[in-house]
Amino acid sequence: MKRIGRYTLELETKPRILASAALGGKKESEGPLRQDFDQTFSDTMMGTSSWEQAEAIMQKEALGLAIAKAGITAEDVDLVFAGDLLNQCISSTFGLRDFNIPFLGQYGACSTMAQTLLMSSLMVESGAARIAAAVTSSHFCSAERQFRLPLEYGGQRTPTAQWTATASGSAIVTNRGEIQIEHVMPGKIVDLGIKDAANMGAAMAPAAANSYADYFKDTGTSPQDYDAIFTGDLGKVGSSLLEKLLLEEGINIAGKHKDCGLMIYDLEGQDVHAGASGCGCSASVLCGHILKNMRDKSGKYKNILFAATGALMSPTSTQQGESIPGIAHIVHLRTCQDLT
Amino acid sequence: MKITSKEQYGEMVKLESPNSNYFKNSLMAFLFGGSICTLGEFFCQLYLSWDMELKESRTLVAITLIFIAAVLTVLKVYDKVAKYAGAGIVVPITGFANSVVASAIEFRSEGFVMGLGAKIFSIAGPVLVFGISSSVLYGIILYVIKLVQGG
Repeated sequence: MKRIGRYTLELETKPRILASAALGGKKESEGPLRQDFDQTFSDTMMGTSSWEQAEAIMQKEALGLAIAKAGITAEDVDLVFAGDLLNQCISSTFGLRDFNIPFLGQYGACSTMAQTLLMSSLMVESGAARIAAAVTSSHFCSAERQFRLPLEYGGQRTPTAQWTATASGSAIVTNRGEIQIEHVMPGKIVDLGIKDAANMGAAMAPAAANSYADYFKDTGTSPQDYDAIFTGDLGKVGSSLLEKLLLEEGINIAGKHKDCGLMIYDLEGQDVHAGASGCGCSASVLCGHILKNMRDKSGKYKNILFAATGALMSPTSTQQGESIPGIAHIVHLRTCQDLT
Repeated sequence: MKITSKEQYGEMVKLESPNSNYFKNSLMAFLFGGSICTLGEFFCQLYLSWDMELKESRTLVAITLIFIAAVLTVLKVYDKVAKYAGAGIVVPITGFANSVVASAIEFRSEGFVMGLGAKIFSIAGPVLVFGISSSVLYGIILYVIKLVQGG
């Protein structure tokens, strides 16, 4: 591994994504990416008695499915990195407790998919793990009750509000597969003073802009060198702010930039206001739609940047009037020329 | 990054973030709120026609509206209507009923005592605390005024 520039890590052994799995709930299965999920569920409770249990089951299913698709068993996995939005990351711990895989819990809010993928690739690169797994999830109902209001409470959502996706994504990283991880860059915490928890896209956009500006500088590349530049869940407001912030830096991402939060739902038809959010949003879009297209020889993505974005606040910090710090980690993925 | 000042970014965000449609929201609140009041008046007249006293029938109107709101909340209809009705359905007594029932449903999964019992007033609680406190305060003020007036 080599550090290039100030913040970017170049992976020399080029760890690869062997398999991935994406799960979605009912609303996600009715969205534009419905074909890209490996599995969708119409029962938001997943046959359990609480939404927290349902979310844990989603992680369990996502990891199980990714392991099965990789043609390995849980015993072959040396390390799993997982996280979610719930207090003490209970979706991950309860969902993965029966796998018997060494576990390192991660908290990166909605940036968790990039964070766990980054950690997995570093472990494989260093030789600490032969096979590592990354998994995360979010559930609309469990997130609503923790961060906002009871589900049946009759309130109105503001136009800048985003809809937490009920989804999960998992990826298996090792030294074989069709997609290689070329660079990773852990992001910095950036806070430009946004306090409105119903406008998280605006809170996270500066972090995404900061990470992308650093990445392009470190690697000496420009947006035109990639097929697409993804962000996790900036939504409508955050995406447009990101493009403006990067233009100030002399970086034009128009035409290349895609936000997972704007891809998973039909914004108008599904009444999700400014777009989707949640760990499961970028995780399921990456592990489903994006990686599927990268594996497909005629697919539109061969060389992409994926930056999952996180808003690092809690209900307590919001009530205490604190602003919302944002973060964005970058992973550079490329389809392998030689398919081993 | 070039933009590092919170003020400057705040201005950018303001320009990019669409506002709620105040005119539409106010109109819907007026229509729904007015309809709920009309419904209340309908029940009031109905109870009066059943030979009830005005005071009793008004109490019964409140109970009826609370009941309807509670049932609609349980049937998962209330929040769908509230999306359009906004303040029109939150401000009347229906909003209070909804906030209590929604919390009760929500926290049932943490048990009857520490879940439902402890959190049932998580939204309505502040309204109760400040509502009751202010009514006590106004009561005292009224009492003092009456004493001064020699009433």
